[in-house]
Amino acid sequence: MVDAPITRPRTRRDGQFDRLRDRETSMQGKAKRRGRFLGKFLSNRLALVGFVIFTIICLMSLFAPLIAQHNPMSPNLRAIAQPPSVEHWFGTDKTGRDIFARVLYGGRVSILVGLGSALLSALIGVIIGVYSGYVGGWLDWIAMRVSEIFMSFPQIILVLLLVAILGQSLLNLIVIFTLTGWGGIYRMARARMLSIREEEYVQALRSFGLGPARIAYKHMLPNALGPIMVNITLSTAAFILQEAGLSFLGLGVPLSIPTWGNILNAAQDLRVLEQNWWIWLPVGATISLFVLSVNFIGDGLRDATDPSQQG
Amino acid sequence: MAADPILSLRNVEVHFPVRTGVLKRVTAHVRAVDGVDLDVYRGEVLGLVGESGCGKTTLGKAILQLVRATQGTVTYSGEDGETELTTQDDAGLFAFRKRLQIVFQDPHSSLNPAFTIFGSLEDPLRHYGVKTRAERRKIVGDLLEAVNMRREAMDRYPHEFSGGQRQRIGIARALSIDPELIVCDEAVSALDVSIQAQVLQLLMDLKREKNLTYVFITHDLSVTEYLCDRIAVMYLGKVVELCDAEELYSNTLHPYTQALLSAIPVADLDRKSQRIVLQGDVPSPINPPSGCPFHPRCRFAQDICRTDVPRLRAYKAGSGVHMAACHLIDQPLAD
Repeated sequence: MVDAPITRPRTRRDGQFDRLRDRETSMQGKAKRRGRFLGKFLSNRLALVGFVIFTIICLMSLFAPLIAQHNPMSPNLRAIAQPPSVEHWFGTDKTGRDIFARVLYGGRVSILVGLGSALLSALIGVIIGVYSGYVGGWLDWIAMRVSEIFMSFPQIILVLLLVAILGQSLLNLIVIFTLTGWGGIYRMARARMLSIREEEYVQALRSFGLGPARIAYKHMLPNALGPIMVNITLSTAAFILQEAGLSFLGLGVPLSIPTWGNILNAAQDLRVLEQNWWIWLPVGATISLFVLSVNFIGDGLRDATDPSQQG
Repeated sequence: MAADPILSLRNVEVHFPVRTGVLKRVTAHVRAVDGVDLDVYRGEVLGLVGESGCGKTTLGKAILQLVRATQGTVTYSGEDGETELTTQDDAGLFAFRKRLQIVFQDPHSSLNPAFTIFGSLEDPLRHYGVKTRAERRKIVGDLLEAVNMRREAMDRYPHEFSGGQRQRIGIARALSIDPELIVCDEAVSALDVSIQAQVLQLLMDLKREKNLTYVFITHDLSVTEYLCDRIAVMYLGKVVELCDAEELYSNTLHPYTQALLSAIPVADLDRKSQRIVLQGDVPSPINPPSGCPFHPRCRFAQDICRTDVPRLRAYKAGSGVHMAACHLIDQPLAD
């Protein structure tokens, strides 16, 4: 089709359209796409806010020694259960330890355990689930049974076993959370693959003779990513709280090492709950904020990878 | 047309096991395709028609080995002799995947929503040895132009296209590795009529240009009339009638085909057509009726139809042979 000659004077719009057309015809596929992904993520307000909060919390935990003026582990018996003040920003707990410092240092353990276990279990779950879900057959059957065994096994027994053998440590916690946690994501990934497997584009790829790993990981996985992202953010929160529970029983991190869960556990005392709100409120708010920010980031990532949502 | 078969199907059966109960024992089989003999000649358009669930699509997939036949053979004849596809493993099939391709029915699920058109189409090309990205971009661009689309479309996502455009992209994908035979599985059924004509015209143009062979699966008899050289009518996993397209429309032998043809709407108010209305549904392919599969719905059914399975027999027709599977054709059909 030939463009009709423009009989009216050129306007600013004409210039804009020309530039658009030039960009389209110059065909910069890949470069444009990466920019588009980032642009879409950044133009999502919530995702951006989440990313900022996430970064702030992580950085503050990382640089805790520079920020906190008190030692998070040394008790101060002359300042027991004091409300927030200039000296102690978040107040002190029942042994006189500075809560602000404990929240900062606690973030190191909690973020590592929560996010680390969530990402690790997602990695395992996705790798197994995507392939076995697509291929099916005996491989799928075995993967399914294995995941059932891991999911039905009581977590506490596993923990006891590992602690008995290897001793109390952070790494053990991550290993255990990963072992017991990959099943959920595996099943979700597998279920998504079962439905995507029937789509005609998968059949088309098969008719070209492409290998199953190529089809499953490269072509199908991007379409299964949405629910997986949501699951990762949810399990991050769950793992942070589980770590607290296990540490409380003396099975996780030693109680003297501050973690968000440890601090929160102090609020199991009804008196603390009623009278010393500063012991549980700041750390509770921090956990909520952190989980929320991870959630927003997950949502933003999912939307940014979905091409049908215009950014 | 020279009788130079590109594909020969002999007694092809595709049975899917039905598993029931706690132990998942195989209690029955769905006989999706139940003993099909068929030759596809080089350069022709073979129509495969029948109602929903008669096994046309499964047969198409069995030709491409997307579904493996449980019985029988699919033989491909090329310049390098004949090869039985049904016994090849994946590695052995590799060379033949290049020659057989498929265009799918549903334009909405036939393209990967997460990839641009180029992203979807480049992987097969890479798989077949087109090494550099620039080359692949050129090939994909040429393909898109061959199906009357703009080159720039390759950097767009599937949701940005209409159904007809997507179907043309699907055709471009099938053409990307220069196949000899394309199975069009209801390739135009999901499109509205004006777009149908456009896509059909495109398919015919491409056939002439690239010397393709089509197996055209459809339930739309007005499309086959326009398009096909020969037509095979399927019913419940079996071919019941097979002959040249003109012959089929002018001298219909099988009562099932007669019923199908009478259902084509004719835009002529004065013409009083005798509509043959079939009663009931297609019988279950899990438990097909004894004898002729069509006898429960046939107007002419007699005792022999209930007991004996009719074989596909050849009859003399004007220019060639007319195959039909019916006991009653030797006798004049009463009307």
